[in-house]
This record gives sequence, C-alpha cells and structure tokens, in this order.
Amino acid sequence: MVVQSTAEAITYPAVGAELDIEGVSHAFDIDGATLPVLDNVNLAIAPGEFVALLGPSGCGKSTLLRLVAGLENPRSGSLREDEVRITGPHPSRVVVFQDPTLFPWRTVWDNVALGLEAQGILKTQRHRVDAVLELVGLSSFRNAYPHQLSGGMAQRVALARALVNDPKILVLDEPLGKLDSLTRIAMQSELVALWQRKGFTTLLVTHDVEEALVLANRVIVLSDRPARIKADIAVGRPYPRHRGDPYLAELRKQILGLLGLEATW
Amino acid sequence: MSTYSVSDTTAAAAPRAAVTFSNLSGSYGVGLAASLAWLAFGASCLYWPDVGDWSRTSSLGIGAIVIAVFILFGTLSADYLGSAGQALRKRAPWLLAFGALVTLWEVATAKFAWLPLPFFPPPQSILEVYTDDLPRLLDSVFASIKLQLGGYIIGATVGFVTGVSIGWSQKIGYWVHPVLRFIGPLPATAWLPIAFFTFPSSWSASTFLIALATGFPVTVLTWSGVASVSSAYYDVARTLGAKPSFLVLKVAIPAALPHVFVGLFMGLGSSFAVLVVAEMIGVKAGLGWYLQWAQGWAAYANMYAALIVMSLLCSGAITLLFRTRDHLLVWQKGVVKW
Repeated sequence: MVVQSTAEAITYPAVGAELDIEGVSHAFDIDGATLPVLDNVNLAIAPGEFVALLGPSGCGKSTLLRLVAGLENPRSGSLREDEVRITGPHPSRVVVFQDPTLFPWRTVWDNVALGLEAQGILKTQRHRVDAVLELVGLSSFRNAYPHQLSGGMAQRVALARALVNDPKILVLDEPLGKLDSLTRIAMQSELVALWQRKGFTTLLVTHDVEEALVLANRVIVLSDRPARIKADIAVGRPYPRHRGDPYLAELRKQILGLLGLEATW
Repeated sequence: MSTYSVSDTTAAAAPRAAVTFSNLSGSYGVGLAASLAWLAFGASCLYWPDVGDWSRTSSLGIGAIVIAVFILFGTLSADYLGSAGQALRKRAPWLLAFGALVTLWEVATAKFAWLPLPFFPPPQSILEVYTDDLPRLLDSVFASIKLQLGGYIIGATVGFVTGVSIGWSQKIGYWVHPVLRFIGPLPATAWLPIAFFTFPSSWSASTFLIALATGFPVTVLTWSGVASVSSAYYDVARTLGAKPSFLVLKVAIPAALPHVFVGLFMGLGSSFAVLVVAEMIGVKAGLGWYLQWAQGWAAYANMYAALIVMSLLCSGAITLLFRTRDHLLVWQKGVVKW
C-alpha cells in the first residue's frame, strides 16, 4: 500500500538532539522521609525519535521530564543532550506542560515571544513569532489575551511558545490531557505533522495508551513508583496511523497487560 | 445555524428596544423636572430677601437659572448632541435630586433660618469663599497636593521595592519581615510628635509620615503578590532561557501587579488621613491648615468650602489610580473584578 511505502522513507532530520539517560535515580524528601521516585532509569533516545513514556499515575514520569528539562538535577546518574551533560534549563529543551500556563498579562503574541525575549534576541527575530503563530493557525488571535481563548487554542499557543525556540528536544508533559476528546484527536495529528516537519526529538508523557501508540516510534512502559523501565516497545507503523489498526490494537492489549489492566481488555 | 442566528439577533435587539422606549417616555420628564428644580433654586435665591448679609445671592440665583436653561435645552436636543446628550440623560435624575437639595438648603438657611445660622452657612456664602478667598484656598490646595504627592510617591516606591525584595529573597525577608511586623501596624499619626521634633522641618516630617502610611500596605501587598506567583510560571520562563532578572521583572512583578494596586489604594486612603492631621498640627499650609485656621475665625463657610475641595481632590486621586490600574491591567478584564 501507499502508506507502507512511506514507512521506508522515514529518516530523521539532523535537527533533533540525542538524549541519553544513564542510571538516573531520584528521590524527594517529604517530612523527613525519603521518597524514591526514579530507580536506575536507562534510556537512549536517537535524534529525531518520538518516544512516549507510559506509566501508572504518580509513578514519576513527570519527574523524569523535569530532569530532562533541567529544572531539577538527579540524585544520581546523568542525563546528556548530544553528549553534553544537562545541568540546568536550556531553550534547546522546551517543555509543554499539562496546563498551558500562559502568562495572563501577555497577549498571545507576547506569550509566544517569551523565549526569544528572555534570550534577548526578540528584536531581530520577530518574524519567527509570526511564523510559528501561522504554523499553529492562530495568527488572527495574536492580540487576544489568554482568558479569551478556548482550552485547545491555549494549548496550541503553549505549543507555539515552545516551537518558536526551534528546540532540539520537545518535552511534552501530558499536553493534551485536559482537552476534550475531539480537540485531542485533532491536536494529535497536528503534533505528528509538526514533528515530521521540524524533526525535533520528542519525549511525551501520557497515560493514554492509544495516544502513545498513535504518536510515538517507541513506547516506554514504566513501573509503579519508584519508576523503572518495564518495557521498551518499538511501534513499527508508518504515519498517519489508523486508530483501528489491528497491529496497534494488539500492542495496546500488551501494554495494558504490562500496566496490570489486562482484565479491562 | 439559522436558528442560532435568529435567536441571537432577537436576544440582542430586545433590551436595546426596551431602553429606547423607556428613554422616550422617561428621560424628557426627568430632564424637565431637573430644569425646574434648578429654576426653583434660582427663584428662591432672588424672590425672598436674605436673613443675613451675603453679597453673592443674586449672582448665585442668576447662575442657577442659567444652569436650568442649559438643562432644558440639553434635554430637548439630547438626541442631536451625541455622547454629551447621552451623558446628560444619564445624569438627569442626579441633577434633579441635587437641584432639589440646594433649593431646600437655600430656603432652610438664607431665607427662613430654620437651621442655626453661623454653623449652617447658605450656598451663596460658600460661593463667596470661592470668589473672595480664592488665592488663599488655591495656595492651600497646591501645598496639600505637593506634600501628598511627594510623600505618596516616596512611600509607594520604597514600599514596592521592599515588597518585591522580601517576596523574592528569603535573606532580605529574614531581616525586613520582623521590622515590618513590629512597626507597620502602628498608625503613622502616632509618630507625629516625635517626627516633628526629629526632622529638620515640619514639611520633611510630614512627607516621612505620609510615605510611612503609604509604604506599609504597599509593601505587604506587593510582597504577598510576589510570594503567591505560581511556580509553574517560573518553570515555563526558566525552560525558555530566562535569567533571574527576567524572572523578577517580567514574571514576578507583572503577576503581582493586581495585589500592588490594592496596596496603592489602601495606602492612598491612609495617607490622606495623615496629610490632614499633619497639616492641622504642624505644617503651616495646606487644606488641613486652612480648615484649622477657618475654625479659629469661626468662618464656617470657609470650612465647608475647604471640605468640598478636599473631597474633590481625594476622589479625583482615587479615580486617577483606578484609571491607571484599568489601563495597566486590561488583561484582567473577565478574570477578576474588585
């Protein structure tokens, strides 16, 4: 079939960065007690790969993302972006959170311009803001304030705010988790299209198995807290993927089994 | 689709039609009544003789009749006057009430002395103050504005900077917080006797006190505003490459601004109180001083005149502050109202 032939043609553009997570363990101190969150996580992600992290609620997925973003440093182990150790946040690794967290006092345009402004390059790079707003289809809302936007639009602005920095690694922390199912399906396709076009490495946290299977090259299944890698599943299907694909349905059954939910199948 | 648009238009049209209809039946009536009330005020000035000796009675009466004529023509031609006509229509009930009130006031004081006389001066004696004692009154107004503005700006600036500092830095908070806790709640007027001794001039002492009265609420609210900024905003800004200075200036401060304005509003109120007390006790200028001076001469009309000016100034300052807030916090429309 036509779809099959494009599968062979997928090559990752050089824009994405390689991400190495080596022996990472992390813990939180809560009321004097130490709560282990991540237990010796090892993960190598190739440039341009789309990796989904699946795991039970509260298992430490989001903590792993915060470590990748550089918002926190791990207790042990190391994370490297293109062989350079991650020690703090950097605009080459941008996070889109579950809540859009747009700045309510800034217009859509100013929200998207945030990264360029923070890096002090906005004056010469204004066209990038316009271009990325065009890309997510919100050019006509450039002067709107966040409270005037719907949930899906706000999340698209958050995505634009990340993409304007031309990230090498896009970190998505359940970005579609709070959207209604129709908006969600539409934005999943948009996300795949953007990723294919831009070629950044993508790390997506989700607890929606179907979403992971429709979007990612690889699905990593994590265990209960403290999170360890339980399974590393390659999804060898071309894009755009069909939700009713029996191959994906079989994978879904397998993954639900790993998450201890086989009875629901 | 068509159902939607039909119901939409009828919903929008109905209240508009209702307003127009009530305007046709009501607004002319109220406007004409307001005109009559002012005519009555003018006539009451001119018709009965004064019980006392006031020089501005006839000018006041003529002025009131001129106002009545303006209201009359304004009401009749409101449809052709654009926004001014609309504004007149909206305020017609107030014009009516105010006209009735001054008529009653005129009759009760200058004409039949139902109210004891030196303590309740008639409208024309207050007009007399504004015409005959204008230079002194203006001097007082300028002195008050100068003192208030200086103290308020200093207090608001220092309070804002202090609030941001202790909201941002725990180390600064450690030192400033107890001091604030101890000194802040003390009413600024309690410092008056000491301040007038220790400061080189009564003017600098009053400036200090006004700044103190303004500074405390501004500090506390700026601080709580900065401290309550969601950490998610900082996370977002940091992953986008923001440096600490950006986090303070472009994240913490704009997010705290609604709180800051509550502080500025509270500071304005308490600084007015300090201003008047300081002028009554130590400073030899300003509206507070004018009030005190008028009382000394039993010049009751001057006291009322000064009170009216003072209230106009205070409400003007608060209006100005609200306008500034609305301008800076447009983004809040539909989010919060207070």
